[in-house]
Amino acid sequence: MNTLLEVSGVSVTFDGFRAINNLSFQIAEAEMRAVIGPNGAGKTTFMDIVTGKTRPDEGRVIWGESSMNLLRMNEAKIAQAGIGRKFQKPTVFEDQSVQENLLMALKNNRGWLAVLRYRPTKVDLAKVDDLAEQIGLKDQLGRKSGELSHGQKQWLEIGMLLAQEPRLLLVDEPAAGMTPSEREHTTDILVEAAKTRAVVVVEHDMEFVRRLNCKVTVLHEGAVLAEGSLDHVTSDQNVIDVYLER
Amino acid sequence: MQRSFIAKNPSVLVFLAILALFTLLVTVMSEGFGVGGISTSFIKTLGKTLCLCLIALAMDVIWGYTGILSLGHFAFFGLGGYMIGMWLMYERTRLIVVDSLAQAEIPPTDGEVIDAVGNQIFGVVGSSEFPLIWAFADSLVIQLILVVFVPGILALVFGWLAFRSRVTGVYLSILTQAMTLALALYLFQNDSGLRGNNGLSGLQNLPGVTASQDYVSLWFFWASAAALGGGYVLCAWLVSGKFGSVLRAIRDNEARVRFLGYSVEMYKLVIFTLTACIAAVAGALYYPQAGIINPAEIAPIASIYLAVWVAIGGRGRLYGAIIGAAFVSLLSTWFTGGQAPDINLGFYTVKWVDWWLVLLGLSFVLVTLFAPKGIGGLIDLYTERRSPSRHGADLGPDDGALREQEASQ
Repeated sequence: MNTLLEVSGVSVTFDGFRAINNLSFQIAEAEMRAVIGPNGAGKTTFMDIVTGKTRPDEGRVIWGESSMNLLRMNEAKIAQAGIGRKFQKPTVFEDQSVQENLLMALKNNRGWLAVLRYRPTKVDLAKVDDLAEQIGLKDQLGRKSGELSHGQKQWLEIGMLLAQEPRLLLVDEPAAGMTPSEREHTTDILVEAAKTRAVVVVEHDMEFVRRLNCKVTVLHEGAVLAEGSLDHVTSDQNVIDVYLER
Repeated sequence: MQRSFIAKNPSVLVFLAILALFTLLVTVMSEGFGVGGISTSFIKTLGKTLCLCLIALAMDVIWGYTGILSLGHFAFFGLGGYMIGMWLMYERTRLIVVDSLAQAEIPPTDGEVIDAVGNQIFGVVGSSEFPLIWAFADSLVIQLILVVFVPGILALVFGWLAFRSRVTGVYLSILTQAMTLALALYLFQNDSGLRGNNGLSGLQNLPGVTASQDYVSLWFFWASAAALGGGYVLCAWLVSGKFGSVLRAIRDNEARVRFLGYSVEMYKLVIFTLTACIAAVAGALYYPQAGIINPAEIAPIASIYLAVWVAIGGRGRLYGAIIGAAFVSLLSTWFTGGQAPDINLGFYTVKWVDWWLVLLGLSFVLVTLFAPKGIGGLIDLYTERRSPSRHGADLGPDDGALREQEASQ
């Protein structure tokens, strides 16, 4: 399979603290990957670097078949190139309705002139309805998203992520604050999404990771400690020492 | 789910109806065309108030909807006034000069006329040469284009520099204050080419028009009303569709908007420039009614008043900005005009001319603390718009994000 994202030799230092230390990471076009690691292992910083929020001190981040250098692009350009991100804390636009949130996320021309002239087409509205159905918010389309429950906001954000139709999804702790049945539904959506695109899930919950049934990367002190199946990494002595035993 | 523009913005129709009714009423009561219940000077005050409402609209779009607390929009307002003022002053002086030179035995050449005009206009700052910026002052069409163009370019350049560096929040507000202060200080200089602190005067006289001010004041009043009506529809359209959705998203959480793939800087630049142009049009209509413009008009305090009007009227709703600007500026005229009766407390007499600003400052603080919806919140009693219950949480992490009470369910 072709490599979609290649991170190589990336390091970043915050005030002397080495958050990412010579990290290398690859993901293929339709692959699911779980990233685990103790607090401060650099999971969120890793996402910040890929999405353009943080500039690394050194290293390369290469994207897609035309080998674009993501380090030269800003957040908006990277998102347009096809990288979508879901934050740890659900961040939706609380003053706007579920429909407005989804319409904003829907893959369309992001230029201001196009947006100014934009009128929702039947196709777009149907897509929004489908997504709302998928995330269980079909009846809530007209509601302000600030009124949704924590779990529903998580859903909405996942819906917005899917609406962007990204080629790579970066998902930060998607199951936080969800009930067991909601977690199951989240797993289904992610597994389904990974059939057509790359998905990187950062998660603390081992049970959740086990259900994703995918390759696992263990981060520790800003570098890859181990990589492989969940059973493989959980039996790795290094991993047990730094993570599982704590 | 899909509704028409009017259905989404019921306030547009209501506002246009009230504005039309108000214009009609004033016309009927005017000295020029009606029975004469309202003095010409008060019609000018009302016309100026409409222009202030227009710039308040622009302020609400940039602050209330996009979350950029610009404290410099009066610079654009003033520049718009200067641009139209240059033509008004040049053309009127030229007509007077041509008139007086016609008495001479030898007909004057074009060069002599221009020299005499220059002498008349710039004699007060010890010069008689036309500076370069007056190159197009003889053309009404070009000056009308410059009304929008010059403030627009200033906003574009300033905005590009500021937004590109991701200056936000209070730092951006300070930067806009610095911009308007720098512009005012520059214009105060005699060699700035715009007559220093004398400013441009006699703007109430339309060159070549012999009608009395009773009529001219109404023409400007109508033009101001039309501009305000058009401005309201434009702003309502801007903030209602997907574009408005992105603007409000930037206000509440701009980092998140970036990760959706929208270029936040570009959107900010567009809306900053657009509102600057609206402010400039308002200024170009305001100063011919005021009759005079000088650099004190674009002092930093003016832009701060603008923010106070919008806050008192209710941020994030277009009619709130209008109510705030009209209410506060008319009240201010009343208090500072010496019409408000002094209050004798026995040991001290409260003179409103001195105390009005204190009262205004106090009401700003009180509104911010206890009634964030402003006067516009009174309309909620009728439309039954309610605030969400969020236990005091704002609607987003950014500085400009809506507060709980400002939002609607």
